[in-house]
Amino acid sequence: MVDAALSLEGVTCTFVSRTGDGRRYTAVQDVDLSIASGEFVSVVGPTGCGKSTLLNVGAGLMIPSSGQVRVFGQPLSGINKRAGYMFQGESLLPWRSALDNVVAGLEFSGTPKAQAREAARDWLRRVGLGGAEDRYPHQMSGGMRKRAMLAQTLIRDPDIILMDEPFSALDIQTRQLMENEVLDLWMAKRKAVLFITHDLDEAIAMSDRVVVLSAGPGTHPIGEFNIDLPRPRDVAEVRAHPRFVELHSAIWAVLRDEVLKGYAQQKRA
Amino acid sequence: MSKSFKQGRAYLRLWQLLLLAVLLAAWWYIAKNPKLAFFFGDPVQVCVHIWDWFVGGEIYVHLWVTLIETLLSFFIGTATGLGCGLWLGLSPRAAAILDPYIKAANSMPRVILAPIFAMWFGLGIWSKVALAVTLVFFIVFFNVYQGVREVPAVLLDNARMLGANRRQLLRSVYLPSATSWVFSSLHTSVGLAFVGTVVGEYLGSAQGVGYLILQAEGTLDVNTVFAGIVVLTVFSLLLDYAVTLAEKPLMKWQPKAGETERL
Repeated sequence: MVDAALSLEGVTCTFVSRTGDGRRYTAVQDVDLSIASGEFVSVVGPTGCGKSTLLNVGAGLMIPSSGQVRVFGQPLSGINKRAGYMFQGESLLPWRSALDNVVAGLEFSGTPKAQAREAARDWLRRVGLGGAEDRYPHQMSGGMRKRAMLAQTLIRDPDIILMDEPFSALDIQTRQLMENEVLDLWMAKRKAVLFITHDLDEAIAMSDRVVVLSAGPGTHPIGEFNIDLPRPRDVAEVRAHPRFVELHSAIWAVLRDEVLKGYAQQKRA
Repeated sequence: MSKSFKQGRAYLRLWQLLLLAVLLAAWWYIAKNPKLAFFFGDPVQVCVHIWDWFVGGEIYVHLWVTLIETLLSFFIGTATGLGCGLWLGLSPRAAAILDPYIKAANSMPRVILAPIFAMWFGLGIWSKVALAVTLVFFIVFFNVYQGVREVPAVLLDNARMLGANRRQLLRSVYLPSATSWVFSSLHTSVGLAFVGTVVGEYLGSAQGVGYLILQAEGTLDVNTVFAGIVVLTVFSLLLDYAVTLAEKPLMKWQPKAGETERL
């Protein structure tokens, strides 16, 4: 059997309360999740259920309380060097221009400067920021910043791409454009993608497989759906596909209860 | 819109100049009384003194000394503050151990160190530099310390995911973040470098504008004291302006409120 690109095995993350009163909070519990090479997997779940925790574990930024992470069969220790991570928040360095931000990954790996800058220019063009090389993050719109972040992540050509609600801050039109762009880039390279989102439509439209998480605490997968929609897809058009509607109602049936549970908990807290 | 704004500015300048003229006239009027002039000086005499200083060339060596002291203390204070701020910001244990000492050193009225520095370094420029450095150091130190600890976690995580090792993190995330805090405190730290220098000179020196004031005060020559104050004020405004010019290219990446890009 071929090793999965990324696999989480029995991952549990328990946080100790910072106030030191000994309270514990188990964000995720016994999560098994594996992503094959070239597979696009989305994880959906109610807000605050620990989706980002899973991604941080997969990235090696967070060490799970128990369980193991394997990257192409090798146990992960430290940062996951084969992964690229597109964060939810603003992660561009504010004192660097778009070009210098995109070049960062190659700069860190010691690629010759001229070559790295050429590659960065190429990536900026690819994400539609050809004319914005010298702009600083605060001079770009939210959508442009996301594009720059995408180029910054992909320039290192990571084998595993982790994305944490990358487009949640964008308006719906920009979002669909970006989703299609990501799909195009992915179709060309076919890397393993772990995509976190709270938007079920987005998850179905983009993925090969959708994993549904339960509400926290002790979040764990409660359902898995293979998305057998034809590719290449257009995220806007695919929503009208009868199979899309079928899948949507099947997944929503599982997700709905968890969303309500999560909502009730947040209201109580 | 912009025309009326420009007119408004001209109007503002006019009023400011008018106020200056009124104040000078009032001063001049008071100075007609010799008893009051003994305490408040005479604006005409003050101007004559300043004129003599610059035309006679006596002032230049003193200004030069004061400037050198200010610049030296600014650079030394900034460099040490930056270094210590980075170090303590990155090693929480050292910061925890040194915390009470830093608090104590910061709350101490440091001007009182002047006599000690005079004993250690003599009456030359270095005792003034030392005093001003203690003022500049803490401003820069606290800004950098805070800056390092408040680097957004997502920037660090992102740089690490992009393959930055510890040294690269320091160079491309911590240092730029810290220096941005240094720049934001640039006006304060240059101002304090100047204050420390002049106070140091005033408390004992052989050269510098503070020394001129000290000498004049010794002979109750109030006009020279005022002349020294005027020269120092103008000089400090020039320094502040130089800082404004210097920080413009350095702060390019920072958003300004309501900034629109000119195309």
